[in-house]
Amino acid sequence: MAGKTINIKLKIWRQAGENKPGKFESYEVNDVSVDMSFLEMLDVLNENELKKGNDPIHFDHDCREGICGMCSLYINGKPHGPKHGITTCQLHMRTFNDGETIVVEPWRASAFPVLKDLVVDRTSFDRIMQAGGYVTVSTGGVPDANEIAIPKTVADEAMDAAQCIGCGACVAACKNASAMLFTSAKVSQLALLPQGGAERKRRALAMVEQHDAEGFGACTNTGACEAVCPKEISITHIARLNREFTRASFSGNETDYQN
Amino acid sequence: MSWQKSLSSTIGRKIMMSLSGILLILFLAGHVSGNMTLLMGKADAFNMYAHFMSTNPLVQVVANVFKLFFLAHIVYAIILTAQNKKARGGQAYKVTNKDGSQVSKYMGVLGSVIAVFLVVHLAQYWAVMHELRGEISTTTIDGVEMKDLYSVVAVSYANPMIVAAYVISMFVLAFHLWHGFASAFQTLGLNNKRYTPIIAFLGKAYSIIVPVLFGAIPVVMFLNS
Ligand code: HEM
Ligand code: SF4
Ligand code: FES
Repeated sequence: MAGKTINIKLKIWRQAGENKPGKFESYEVNDVSVDMSFLEMLDVLNENELKKGNDPIHFDHDCREGICGMCSLYINGKPHGPKHGITTCQLHMRTFNDGETIVVEPWRASAFPVLKDLVVDRTSFDRIMQAGGYVTVSTGGVPDANEIAIPKTVADEAMDAAQCIGCGACVAACKNASAMLFTSAKVSQLALLPQGGAERKRRALAMVEQHDAEGFGACTNTGACEAVCPKEISITHIARLNREFTRASFSGNETDYQN
Repeated sequence: MSWQKSLSSTIGRKIMMSLSGILLILFLAGHVSGNMTLLMGKADAFNMYAHFMSTNPLVQVVANVFKLFFLAHIVYAIILTAQNKKARGGQAYKVTNKDGSQVSKYMGVLGSVIAVFLVVHLAQYWAVMHELRGEISTTTIDGVEMKDLYSVVAVSYANPMIVAAYVISMFVLAFHLWHGFASAFQTLGLNNKRYTPIIAFLGKAYSIIVPVLFGAIPVVMFLNS
């Protein structure tokens, strides 16, 4: 099986640890099968580095099929590389040319500190989720699936928002390092449905408060996020978040009234 | 979260940006309509308009409200720009993407040019009208004595440098609004399949028509001088 192969050069950000200085290192990988994924190519590079006794390049990954949101990498100036609507693990080497130099950087944002090389700390997203990205359910028997009628168009819109895998590409691409696309997807997927609607006010306020506390920036409606999002989350969800937040801020809550 | 706290959140600040921006858009529509009297060929029309604007008590109240919104727009622009710069972090990307609206990336720079223009503009006409600076003669129209602001304007627009600076500033304003107009509605959450295309169209139309009308005034007056 001698498929097509290419030789590539890489410039990769290397950083020993958090708050340590970092710099770009150059690498060459030869005879890369064009059918390899980008991460498989990095695996090959790391094998070579290990054989030479060097510290392998650290990068995040898990499912390698575009669903977990662990892989990141800012490739040639774009989160998840040059292709549209895919994650780094779904990017194939056939996208690149023989002899090309590929620049690989970590996500950069104050709220995503680099831990090592290309690995960043994205627990700020977890804390936004913990602030309100859930529904409080009294568990009981499993309800009948069609007991609550939800129009198909609404269910579709909620599903579109629920596609967000929390990868952070939106933040990486944003000139303001704003996490509004992520936060809005998480607010939307619940606010659109009757089960999530009950806690919508508290949720919108708490998640935005946490978003700000983590040090993410404010949205300037630039739209770089939706252009790079592997799940093609639309900024119409940001408009919904703005509505949810405004409504929650300026209208009363049941618990605001005193008996 | 109280609404006071909401106002100092990222979204709250954006809403202030957006509301003040929309008010400034309304202000400019009014301002450009009034200034069209400069092109009516007679000094009287503009002088009567200027006299009305500087003496009518209701106009004074509205003008002060607009001043407040202008200030709010600038203050929030500074706060948000600083906050966003901090969020981006110290380390820049080696290679950067070109995704999204390019104009939106220069809102702060474009706005700052508008701010400089504003200061010069106020010094040139507002300060003279209020006798804080320069000389202004008077003229009598229908028995009412009023200041001859028309002559002040006409003298300044006989200077090609001032005309050029004015026209350039209008280009800057056009770019600011090219993104700003539609952006203000998205910030307010008004993104809707039915209305967004209309808002986007109105935004593009406004950001061409209004600066062109403003820019036409000094050019025409220069050619007639
Ligand atoms: C005086 C100097 C000005 C400065 C420094 C300034 C600055 C800015 C900045 C930095 C933004 C982006 C804010 C953001 O997206 O978060 C912005 C947005 C905006 N500006 Fe200005 N601006 C100025 C004047 C004006 C004027 C004269 C108008 C209108 C005629 C205007 C209308 C708008 C609008 C509509 C937005 C969009 C608001 C949004 O994105 O929600 N600005 N301005
Ligand atoms: S919105 Fe898109 S880019 Fe942002 S975290 Fe979710 S999947 Fe990733
Ligand atoms: S590794 Fe899971 S999405 Fe890429």
